[in-house]
Amino acid sequence: MTLLAFDWTIVIEKLILVAVVVFASLGIALYSTWAERKVAAFMQDRKGPNRAGPFGLLQPFADGAKLIFKEEIIPNSSNKWLFILGPAMAMTAALITSAVIPWGNYLDIGGRHINLQIADVNIGILYVFGAVSIGVYGIMIGGWASNNKFSLLSALRGASQAISYELAMGMALIAVLMCTGTLSLKTIVDQQMAPGHLWNICYQPLGFLIFFVCAFAECNRTPFDLSEAENELNMGYHQEYSSMKLGFYLFAEYVNMFISSAVMVTLFFGGYDVPFLNESLLSPNVAALIGIIALMVKIVIFIFIFMWVRWTIPRFRYDQLMNLGWKKLLPLALVNMLITAVVILLLHH
Amino acid sequence: MQSLTNRSENVNRSPMTFAERIYIPEIAKGMAITLKHFFKKKVTVSYPDETRPFSPVFRGLHVLNRDEEGRERCTACGLCAVACPAEAITMEAAERLPGEENLYREEKYAAKYEINMLRCIFCGLCEEACPKDAIYLSETVTPSDYARKKFIYTKEDLLIPNPVTEPEAYKEALGKNQPTTAGSLK
Repeated sequence: MTLLAFDWTIVIEKLILVAVVVFASLGIALYSTWAERKVAAFMQDRKGPNRAGPFGLLQPFADGAKLIFKEEIIPNSSNKWLFILGPAMAMTAALITSAVIPWGNYLDIGGRHINLQIADVNIGILYVFGAVSIGVYGIMIGGWASNNKFSLLSALRGASQAISYELAMGMALIAVLMCTGTLSLKTIVDQQMAPGHLWNICYQPLGFLIFFVCAFAECNRTPFDLSEAENELNMGYHQEYSSMKLGFYLFAEYVNMFISSAVMVTLFFGGYDVPFLNESLLSPNVAALIGIIALMVKIVIFIFIFMWVRWTIPRFRYDQLMNLGWKKLLPLALVNMLITAVVILLLHH
Repeated sequence: MQSLTNRSENVNRSPMTFAERIYIPEIAKGMAITLKHFFKKKVTVSYPDETRPFSPVFRGLHVLNRDEEGRERCTACGLCAVACPAEAITMEAAERLPGEENLYREEKYAAKYEINMLRCIFCGLCEEACPKDAIYLSETVTPSDYARKKFIYTKEDLLIPNPVTEPEAYKEALGKNQPTTAGSLK
């Protein structure tokens, strides 16, 4: 029977990996909320949360408890199922993106070769894009199901913004893919790790810049948080949400931030690669561990940059946002793609 | 327009240069500023844990003072109530009976003395008006409360502890041994 011949350990292995990655994403998102408030405070010469636990480290749990115990309100005129589906979708989309990101090289446990990646699919980065676009449904459905004009307006803004910036993002990415010649994130990292090969940021600085800006827009982070816009559209698409549903929306934003940092590190900053270190000289387990730490350090730096930008740059006006996306970033990405293509053509002949 | 302070600056309305129009250098400049603030000394005073010292002229909660022998100084003349712009002070006078010389300094005293702390604006005019040095604004902040009527301070709330029998409580009521006060600044 093929069922008996099936290697069941791989299922267990992947299940454990999924659990670890999901809990790690949630944990990092949890502490991102704390870090965000600390960063905001520090940049405004304040101290930030410091009452709950040492340095306010229990603050995320206090926030969580508060959100859970708050009254849950579903507006009478809303579409209840979609109203509940909205935040769930935002959260799910944020979490499933992590499946194709290589978190490390491989572990060697009892002769077993355990890849630290949930799924090394050969369409890796396309899967990321697909999952990210589902996240837009979370915003759209939430805004529509609230049956509130302001929510609907800001959901529309959010959706059109996400679509506009996804274009430029994809174009910037194509230039990278032309260099690497593969869609698998694992292979992209391996190429960057190969001796004599630099990180993709050295080959594609402009592409990275465009990708970076678009990632902000995709994550609905300031200066592109037009779908939230607390002080313009009173709260934006999650205006009618309360309690943990609101928590899910806010939390999904932080998970998104973590995942997009991970994607950017993987694509442009060598993933789990440590510069000037030959991993092949180390035992695989040590190398994998160092790799995971390196990846996490890079991700944390990116998350910090996300927050740093948020507390520096004011929000765009909507026409400015569209102007930047369609008239600046998209042509720039196309030019970048053209230059890359020409250079590759010249190098190969 | 004439500037009131010399801190005003003219807005630069010249068209943006190329470097400004491509945003990136300007964003980098802004980010540098926020990063500088990241490492700056924080201006926060963590209030319940540490307190900012009051100014030497701080006017806090009122006390009705006693003299060195512990007798009430107030003679219920009503000048404080007259001076009070918020009309927060009311009082009733009574005559000292024989045998009460150790309680009241003068022949007349305040049987009832009330200050409505919700009306009081802590201007200190009562303190200035008092000819007997009886009412003082101490260096204690008025405590908060939930009920409005708790803010009508009666004579019992206001009267300072007897310096002869309770010297420490007397000092505390003056606020002189509190770390928050100007007394500690010396």
